[in-house]
Amino acid sequence: MNNAGERLYNGLVKENPTFVLMLGMCPTLAVTTSAMNGLGMGLTTMVVLALSNLIISLLRGIIPGRVRIPAFIVIIASFVTAVQLLLQAYIPALNKSLGVYIPLIVVNCIILGRAESYAYSNPAIPSLFDGIGMGLGFTFALTCIGAVRELLGAGEIFGLALMPDSFVPIRIFGQAPGAFFVLAALVALQNYVKDARKKAGKSYEKIGSGCSEDCMNCSEKGCTKRFYGEDGTRKAAEPDKEER
Amino acid sequence: MSELFKVSSNPHIRSKVATNGLMAAVLIALMPATGFGIYNFGPRALAVIAVTIASTILTEYFFGLYKGKLTVTDLSAVVTGLLLALNLPVTIPLWMAALGGVFAILVVKMLFGGLGQNFMNPALAARCFLLISFPTAMTAFQCDGYTGATPLAALKAGEAVNVLDMVIGRTAGTIGETSVIAILVGACILILFGVIDIRIPGSYIVTFVLFAGLFGGHGFHPAYLAAQLAGGGLMLGAFFMATDYVTRPITIKGQYVYGIVLGLLTGIFRIFGPGAEGVSYAIILGNLLVPLIEKCTRPTAFGYQKGGRRLEK
Repeated sequence: MNNAGERLYNGLVKENPTFVLMLGMCPTLAVTTSAMNGLGMGLTTMVVLALSNLIISLLRGIIPGRVRIPAFIVIIASFVTAVQLLLQAYIPALNKSLGVYIPLIVVNCIILGRAESYAYSNPAIPSLFDGIGMGLGFTFALTCIGAVRELLGAGEIFGLALMPDSFVPIRIFGQAPGAFFVLAALVALQNYVKDARKKAGKSYEKIGSGCSEDCMNCSEKGCTKRFYGEDGTRKAAEPDKEER
Repeated sequence: MSELFKVSSNPHIRSKVATNGLMAAVLIALMPATGFGIYNFGPRALAVIAVTIASTILTEYFFGLYKGKLTVTDLSAVVTGLLLALNLPVTIPLWMAALGGVFAILVVKMLFGGLGQNFMNPALAARCFLLISFPTAMTAFQCDGYTGATPLAALKAGEAVNVLDMVIGRTAGTIGETSVIAILVGACILILFGVIDIRIPGSYIVTFVLFAGLFGGHGFHPAYLAAQLAGGGLMLGAFFMATDYVTRPITIKGQYVYGIVLGLLTGIFRIFGPGAEGVSYAIILGNLLVPLIEKCTRPTAFGYQKGGRRLEK
């Protein structure tokens, strides 16, 4: 379950961060006014996600369990700062259109979620591919939402006019309510496809997630068990990583 | 044992009134406004009305086919379509009207569980959807073939308006909102049939008049207040849309609170907002507050103290 291909599949399809886990909704709804914005935001997040997963995985023997969240945040914030400086230098247009949402990648719950549930307890290479897979899934979702919104709200995709001249843009899709409509419609569509495939006998349950369990049922059997006992009280902080 | 003892679960008292009877009453009550709209704006108004109603009925029909439960015979789709059409300008492209009908039924009503489960008035939500999506097409008003501002916009711009024309309805505006007389005739029919009562429209209009008098900048000047009352969608909204059974509070105290909230919101939107019109946004915002209003105005049950504790013996 830890090989690279399965990590990519897990991030793109089975546990797509946007359509299945519903994580990172703030950038998803806010910046997807066009396909280009969605793609740029997704790729930027993917870079940060992959690198922070890699570093956190490498440092997982050193970071004490008690202060792991602040340590993750410091690592993630360093990468976000580096990426933002690079964007300012080389793609200023994208940097301008994404605006405040670049620094806000620090608090994107996908990144912290993958660090906590996967990278902190798995070897470096699968963690890297987990980050890339989740990042690609996020990019794919954001680009889809951005493309639909751009097509309906402005009649273009990636700036190419696709609609006939008589098309009147439906402005609401360029604004915040449109983001909710499109997200809901796409989630419904992918659930419909998955249901149809499940009925045809193709299951999505075989590949385990980060902690060898299913994220959707985490409270019952997943990684929360590591930190919380049966009665819901917090376990004593683990002195080091050897027990795992 | 007498056969009067009958063990069953509640409700124990059932009215013979059915949904389609109520909806038919609303349709009859809307006829004066519809007829005047067609007379005032010409045959194109009839085309807009027909397209909107057709799109709402077809959407409800096909969704019913997909779900295996046909609800189109309860006439609520016809009422939604007609109310939406009465809220559109006569010059709107027909495909936009059809899109509004699909949005009202599919997104606002059916996806939330059908009639009785919609949290917003479908016709008004669709009007706001169209207003945000197509701002130019939705505000291109005309009368007698001339494009012009609605009386309410003129009033806001400080121009003089003819109140008598507004009451009769020979002005620019959406298809069904212009004639106060036609709407009031319909409202009387609804009240006489017992379909609605005066609580919500009354508290709505009184609150709005007080607000406009206090903050409108003209004091309680009769001509100004009459123009505010007769202009825009206030009458249509107060009698036909704020009173929608699904999206109004069911408690009596709550209905007064709801009317007052709508009056305040409409006044704020009209007087302090950027646009001249505010009824549709006020009503859908009020719809969202309904669960809260109902919770706060829940009557005390028999045998209980205020706050829900049982009375001591």
